[in-house]
This record gives sequence, C-alpha cells and structure tokens, in this order.
Amino acid sequence: MNFETIVGLEVHVELKTDTKIFSPAPAHFGAAPNMNIHPTDLAYPGTLPTMNKQAIDFGMKASMALNCDVARVMNFDRKHYFYPDNPKAYQVSQDDRPVGANGWIEIEVDGYKKKIRIERVHLEEDAGKLTHSENGYSLVDLNRQGTPLIEIVTEADIRTPNEAYAFLEKLKAIIQYTGVSDVRMEEGSLRCDANISLRPFGQEEFGTKTELKNLNSFNFVRRGIANEVERQEKLLLSGEKIVQQTRRYDEATGQTVLMRIKGSANDYRFINDPDLPEIVIDEDWIERVRAEIPELPDARKNRYVNELDLPAYDAHVLTLTKEMSDFFDETVKAGADAKLASNWLMGGVSEYLNAEGKELKETPITPAGLASLVKLISDGTISSKIAKKVFKELAENGGDAAVIVKEKGLVQISDEGTLRKVIGEILDANEQSIEDYKNGKDRAVGFLVGQVMKATKGQANPPLVNKLLLDEISKR
Amino acid sequence: MSNFTKEDIQYYANFARIDMPDAEAEKFATRLDTLLEFSDRLKELDTTNVEPMTHPLAIVNVLREDTPEDILDRDEMLKSVEDHEDGLIKVPNILD
Repeated sequence: MNFETIVGLEVHVELKTDTKIFSPAPAHFGAAPNMNIHPTDLAYPGTLPTMNKQAIDFGMKASMALNCDVARVMNFDRKHYFYPDNPKAYQVSQDDRPVGANGWIEIEVDGYKKKIRIERVHLEEDAGKLTHSENGYSLVDLNRQGTPLIEIVTEADIRTPNEAYAFLEKLKAIIQYTGVSDVRMEEGSLRCDANISLRPFGQEEFGTKTELKNLNSFNFVRRGIANEVERQEKLLLSGEKIVQQTRRYDEATGQTVLMRIKGSANDYRFINDPDLPEIVIDEDWIERVRAEIPELPDARKNRYVNELDLPAYDAHVLTLTKEMSDFFDETVKAGADAKLASNWLMGGVSEYLNAEGKELKETPITPAGLASLVKLISDGTISSKIAKKVFKELAENGGDAAVIVKEKGLVQISDEGTLRKVIGEILDANEQSIEDYKNGKDRAVGFLVGQVMKATKGQANPPLVNKLLLDEISKR
Repeated sequence: MSNFTKEDIQYYANFARIDMPDAEAEKFATRLDTLLEFSDRLKELDTTNVEPMTHPLAIVNVLREDTPEDILDRDEMLKSVEDHEDGLIKVPNILD
C-alpha cells in the first residue's frame, strides 16, 4: 500500500526588538545569565505588562510579507502550563484572534511550483532557557523569558521532506528581508517543529500525527521528516496504529525518539489576559507598516530574470539573503554587467566568504569595487586569471580594481607586436615543440601558450596568444 | 449545570502542582458546583447583539515605545529563589 505524507510546520521566529514584548527589559541574545529581567517578566505582584509597539509592527510586517490578512482587532490570551522555564505559569500568546491569518508563500522544488498556505501568524512571548545537568538539577536562565516571538503555523500542505526544506528556506528569506528577525537557527531565533502523518493515497481523512521536535537545522528537518515517515510507514504496514506523541530528532543516529505520549495532559485553560487591553489596528497603521516592507525575494527574482536576463538559478541564489541581493543590485547599478557580477558573487566572492567564514559586510569588498573589477574583465583590460589576483587584493584591502591593476602593472597585454615578439622568443627556445605540433601533437600548443603566459606573468591575452602562436608556427 | 467530581478537581489541581487530598477535593467539587450554578444564570441573558468582551475597561491600544528601562538586579532577584549556581536558578530536574 502506498501512503501520502502530510506535514504541517510550526515555526517560531524571535523578533529583533530592543526590549521584551511586555516589559522594558533588554531582549538580546548572548547576555550573562539572568541579567535581562524585569519584574514584569516574572509576574511579580503589582506588575503590569505593557505592549511593545515595535513587536506589533514586526508581527504585522511579517504577516503582510507572508500574504496574511492582518487583524483589525486583536487581543492576548494566557496559555497555562507549569514548568520552570516560565515563572508566571502561563505564556501570553494569541488564541482566537492572531495578528495574521490566511496567508501563503510559494515554493519551487524538484522542478515544480506550489503554494503552501499559512493558517496563522500569532504574537507571543518566549520562555526562559533550561539546561539539564547530570546531578538531578536543571539550571534556569530567564533572559529569554518575554522575548517577542511570532509563531507561524502552516496548513498541512507539505507533502515531501524537500517541500519542507524549500518552505523553510523561503520563509527565512522573506522574514530576513523584512528585517523583523535575524532568523538564525544556530542562535535559536528560528525554531521549527513538524507535525507528520500518513494516509493511504485517495483517503480524505488525515491519519494520526506525531509532532517532531529538536530540529536544529533545515537539513535535520528534511532528514527528520523522512525518517519519521519511514517509521510510520513500517508501523502501518505491519498493521499497527500510530500513537499521537511528541518525538525528538536525534542528530547522532538520524532517528526519531519518543519524548512523550500526548493525551489529556495538554489542557492549557486559555483565558483572555485581563492585564492587556485589546489592540485596534486602523488603516493608517496598516499602511504605515506596509510602506516599510522592502521588495521581497520573489519580486527581485522576477526582476533579475525578466529585466537583467539572469538564469533562474542565479536569481534564486542571489536572493536567498537580502545582503547578497542588495550587494548585487548596487554592483549592477555601479555599471557592472549583470551576468558577470552574478558569476563573481556566486563564484569567487562566495568561495572567499566560505573559506574565511565571513559575511559580506565583514569584508572591505564594496559593490563599487566589485563593479570596477567586472568592468575591467568585460572590456578586456584584464584576463580572468589576473582578475582572481585583483579580487584577492579587493577582498583583503578593499579599494578600486582599476587602481590596483594600474599600480601593480597587471593590465592585459593585447598588443600584437609585443606578443609576437614574446612568442618568437618562446618558439626559438622550443623547436622540439614546433616539430611535435607539426607531427600532429596538438598538446604541444598548450605547452607553448603556457610558456608565453609564464613569460608575461599571466598578463597576455590568452585567446590572442593562441591565435598569434598558430600564425607564427605556420610561418616556420 | 455542571457537576464537578473529585477527580476533576484533582485533575486541575495537578496542573498547578497543588496537592489535593480526597476530602478537600470533594469539598471543592461541591463549592464549584454552587459557583457554576450561580454563574450559569448569565446564560439566561440574550447576548445575540453583544460584542464579545475581552477586557473589563473600555480602553484600547495601551502601547509602549521599544526603549529599554531599568531592570532587576540579579543578586536581588536571586534572593527570592531557593537555590542558585553561577547566576542560574537551580530547580529539581523536571522531565516533561
């Protein structure tokens, strides 16, 4: 029997506000333990939470970028649970009136396009962080308590592990463009849980689902789903039933491991938070926030393909982060050929960044600098080989490629007279190679070109050397 | 009309980690029944044209600018916890 995979994702994104969602304590990653706490975060007697306006703006902005309807009236609710990561014993969240609802994003995966619907986007507060120690104790750091989050819940529209990966990649790009979050999984500012179930093809009704947690990278999400699908399939084929439960992905083994059986243990007893009045969002507010949303990845991708004639692949890679895409736009604006600029950003620049473990903004490379390099290649002033040398200089010290080329005397030699003279000298010294070539050994030409390049310190124009070399040989 | 059982009371008490012996649970079950009977009288009202209310006061949009202010002194805060280690609060290991 064949089964259809059904996946829905719940993604938590930490918002990049300066303060927490309901208190004026700083909300920053990386502070010393328990240093960023306001009495309100702990619900001390007499404290009153007040809503951070920026957090609402960010929630609205993310909702709009994800094509959601934005709430006109919303409120906050208390979700009760008892656990040491939250001393209030309730999390303030949004139950029935979330900031955003009924959205979608389009993904492109394995050669097809597909819309993944987003059920809702709601604002809530994060909890503190627990570290379990060996000796029967847990250590609590409440810095994260009260950090604003949005939770993005998809409809169960995802059908393959690759679709889940593509969805997350796209979601991350969109959120990153809006600037509301750093969306760094390694710092916990993007976290993902997956609900997974199977059903026989053709069946309308969903099967029993399991929830998968501890997915710490997009690759683990993909592998974790694949593994869980395999586990459920085996159970179903052997006539067993799926039990609703929470499972954890184990990075070491690649398997999913039972965390807890879900039952009636989840009774959150939601109530409206009586400390937080309703939020009414009018047209002006919506328009102000909408105006702050920059051109998003899909729009840029289309522009690159339709206006700059870039291949779809280039457009995809360049728009994965706003930083790269902005850099590309500015490089083109500074006069660079779009395809050459794209080749350099995806090639030499990315290789350099990966090797150095750096981001673009951490290097002295500027769009104007890269544009000057690309221009020198386009007009034949330097060869691609020399361009690599110049780039290394640009990457380490910044500056303008034209100046570097001039100062270091790296201009490509395209003067026929100069080249014929060098070629003549090389031919005089390598008569055996001429002989070899005339006897049908084409390789001999490669050797001779190499010798010319060496003699000119790589500055000779290679296609011209080739042409002139054959011409000179034929004269002998 | 609702009829709370002793088990219902203990089920909810468990969420709040409140120890609830049988005798006490039974007492609360009866009391809660009385309370709910009283509040059930609200259901007699016709609320067809009444908007749902989430807050008792007619105020909206109580908002704050995103500006950090004074926070708790950690040492002060740690005075109110039972045990701590290296600035972290120490609690019994609770496996969820």
